[in-house]
Amino acid sequence: MSDEIRKPPRVGLFVTCLVDLFRPSVGFASVKLLEDAGCNVEVPMAQTCCGQPAYNSGDRDDTVAIARNTIEAFEEFDYVVAPSGSCAGMLKKHYPALFKGDAHWETRAAAFAARVHELMSFLVDVLGMEKVDAVHEGTVTYHDSCAGLRELGIAGQPRRLLSSVSGLEMREMRDADVCCGFGGTFCVKYPDISNRIVEEKTSNIKASGAETLLAGDLGCLMNMAGKLQRQGMDVKVRHVAEVLAGMGDTPAIGKGNR
Amino acid sequence: MSGREGIIGKVRTALGAKAGDAARTRAVHERLLAAPQGVIPARGQLPHAKQVRLFCMMAEKVSASVQRVKKPDSVPRAVAAYLRAKNLPSAVRMGSDERLAAMPWHTMKSLEVKTGAADPEDEVGVSHALAGIAETGTVALYSGPRNPTTVNFLPEHHIVVVDAKDIAGDMETVLASLRQTFGKGKMPRTLNLITGPSRSADIEQTLLVGAHGPRALHLIVVDGG
Amino acid sequence: MQITSPAFKENARTALADPQLQKALVHVRSGFIDKRVKAMDALPEFDALRDSARAIKDHTLTHLDLYLERYEEKVREAGGVVHWAETADDARSVVLEICRAAGARTVTKGKSMITEEIGLNDFLEKEGVRPVETDLGEYIIQLRGEHPSHIIAPAVHVTRDQVEADFRREHDHLRPDRDLSEPEALLGEARRVLRAEYFSADVGITGANFLVAETGSSVIVTNEGNGDLTQILPRVHVVIASIEKVVPTLEDMSQILRLLARSATGQDMSVYTTVSTGPRRPDDPDGPEEYHVILLDNGRSSMLGTEFQDMLRCIRCGACMNHCPVYHAVGGHAYGWVYPGPMGAVLTPSLAGIDKSGHLPNASTFCGRCEAVCPMHIPLPKMMRHWREREFARGLNPATQRYGLRAWALFARHPRLYRLATSLALPALSFFTARRPRFRYLPLAGGWTRNRDLPAPPSRTFMQQWREREAEKQGAHA
Repeated sequence: MSDEIRKPPRVGLFVTCLVDLFRPSVGFASVKLLEDAGCNVEVPMAQTCCGQPAYNSGDRDDTVAIARNTIEAFEEFDYVVAPSGSCAGMLKKHYPALFKGDAHWETRAAAFAARVHELMSFLVDVLGMEKVDAVHEGTVTYHDSCAGLRELGIAGQPRRLLSSVSGLEMREMRDADVCCGFGGTFCVKYPDISNRIVEEKTSNIKASGAETLLAGDLGCLMNMAGKLQRQGMDVKVRHVAEVLAGMGDTPAIGKGNR
Repeated sequence: MSGREGIIGKVRTALGAKAGDAARTRAVHERLLAAPQGVIPARGQLPHAKQVRLFCMMAEKVSASVQRVKKPDSVPRAVAAYLRAKNLPSAVRMGSDERLAAMPWHTMKSLEVKTGAADPEDEVGVSHALAGIAETGTVALYSGPRNPTTVNFLPEHHIVVVDAKDIAGDMETVLASLRQTFGKGKMPRTLNLITGPSRSADIEQTLLVGAHGPRALHLIVVDGG
Repeated sequence: MQITSPAFKENARTALADPQLQKALVHVRSGFIDKRVKAMDALPEFDALRDSARAIKDHTLTHLDLYLERYEEKVREAGGVVHWAETADDARSVVLEICRAAGARTVTKGKSMITEEIGLNDFLEKEGVRPVETDLGEYIIQLRGEHPSHIIAPAVHVTRDQVEADFRREHDHLRPDRDLSEPEALLGEARRVLRAEYFSADVGITGANFLVAETGSSVIVTNEGNGDLTQILPRVHVVIASIEKVVPTLEDMSQILRLLARSATGQDMSVYTTVSTGPRRPDDPDGPEEYHVILLDNGRSSMLGTEFQDMLRCIRCGACMNHCPVYHAVGGHAYGWVYPGPMGAVLTPSLAGIDKSGHLPNASTFCGRCEAVCPMHIPLPKMMRHWREREFARGLNPATQRYGLRAWALFARHPRLYRLATSLALPALSFFTARRPRFRYLPLAGGWTRNRDLPAPPSRTFMQQWREREAEKQGAHA
């Protein structure tokens, strides 16, 4: 073992466009969790969006341009961390495929992808975090967002950290791993189908009896919160990072902003 | 023949392949010759006595009924008992299988044994299986005068006699023995792999046993075959 | 079959508003998902088998011409006849020729999606040949004048009550006091009616789950036994199969069989796996006197060598649709052609044209559940995205979407512009919210706010707040 004090890892936070615009508290909660875990967190101003709206609409040229920007903006960091399975999945799993055949960028994208992590996975799988120092009195249920679950294997990590929150009682809902119907542009292109899917989700949330709904992706959270509120259901909706960071006393999603 | 050349031509163009490419031809030839087995589940890879037990258990799991008898001579009595228990007429249909023919059917006085292909009036068919597959509780039967295929499907009750020594762990073992019998690349007209009685779940996904094939599959496993 | 995929959105709306259909669709979720997990969990080698099966199909597809030639040779050796059909039209003509030569008035049919693809039933009826579907589900929808809504459970959209009503309407011999309230009674009635049909048919038509090149065999996998009665009782057996069904050997078939039933219905094996090779042999007491195989291309060769080749690994188990939230919501008919769900969303554009089926690869949340359950590791979402790319390149998506996207991309590509635009947008949005915590309606966001509220954004972005925090920190340190 070296006597040298290990330098704290330098983490670039990929805020995600939805957090930037709709829920800054998720960004601050992420920063707090990372800093508490001993990271130096920076937020490069040159980031915008991961490019999924273009990518999933078949617009490859714009996606590639956005991907290049993102890779360049984060090249200097030890790690790139995003509080979203969907955006992290895009950066980690899809960026390298975008540059197939372009040797220079393929290498850069692969090196970049290797350093990208979704927040929960980073805390638990990379930093080895086992518990958080937070209090949340009440019952919660957790929705597994699709990209995080199926592209990045995020399921146990958030649950494990949540189990260490004092006062928190987990009430798993039925079909927690089934899509909420958000799907990015899907929810506005096919609103009727999206609505049917989210109705199924909110009825499972309701049946769980939990007071608070948590998930790791703001898109899904806004979708489910929007439906719960339209249905007049009194379930509070939050990003899982907010609760883990002990910031669960701020107004819930759709209940106001700081 | 134009359809043939059209399709083969389009496939070759799409694959960027040339007719008569020696390397590709060899790859195919070798693959067919080697017939690699791939992944064989551990489930059926057991000592033989345990394979027989697994076979019986798996067959019962798929709603077949299973009975074990000590020797071939006991089969007619077992069949007669089955007919009585199910309130069936005392008549069975079977092919000319030598193993079945050697059994003492004449000792079952009132039992009528009809031989040949099945007809729609037959209520009970008796077949002798080529083999049993322990992994899934499947019986393998093949067509011909010994065990006509119609006997497997037309009667409401299908009784299949399986010699315990013919029960194998997996399908691959049975396929290999078929190759031994018929020669490489050759097959009987019909090979039936039967796993339980016929069933359907086409109405509201409700599982119903007894669709177009037999409503009941009764397996008689002969230990000292 | 008439394609209604261009009207997918209207189809979906109708489906969502149909209480009978919604009631029936519950059975998709309850009938398949848990059973598949149980069967899979009981086989530790399941994932290894998936890899093995993928390798088998990939090898076969890259040597497809050679395996097809070999297959044909072996069928001929066994006394069968192979017919090659480049198009649906060609396949229908071959079937009709065979029926005419056999003097057929009635043909029985085993369950086959490929005959749906070529629209065989309507065609035969027009030509004076009566097709009779013998699979219970297929029989029900034939009585209803419908098409399958699921590739393995064709009548999954129909409730028991509807089946009873159909039987009472179509079966003249049914007395009104006959009790048909239980599914068993309905099955018994269908069994009785169809028994007579098997014997009156001159030709039996089945599909194939596999064609085995080693032996020239065709393989069907069924539970009811109708496929077997269809092929052993009539004088002529016709197999219709698409070219990608071929596998090299019986061992390869066995590998894939271990995945098929588990993925489809959660069975370890389907009840009947039947390997057929040629017509009746000289000493056979039963079986068909003629054995024909029609090999259909119908667009599949054009998928080879493209980003859609992996789709040809599909074994039609239906797991993708059984796990698809969109399929659960709208059912199979909304997709508007033969193949519904995720596999249909990839296959339909290939076979029927992206210009007609553009909605299908778009109507997915990319939740990835289909790919996760696909036994053949087919990257379905990736291929749906490839179709979106082709649509985008050809300018097939709506102009409003394209302009909106390009405008957004202009900002997303230029971070400074993006920062400026977002910092200006939020105060503008707060004007609309008038300090309410969320929107019930927002101009240009009707797709969202029609069904759900939209949380009101804060007045300043995260980035603005972060910069202030950093500046304060610097100030404090100074």
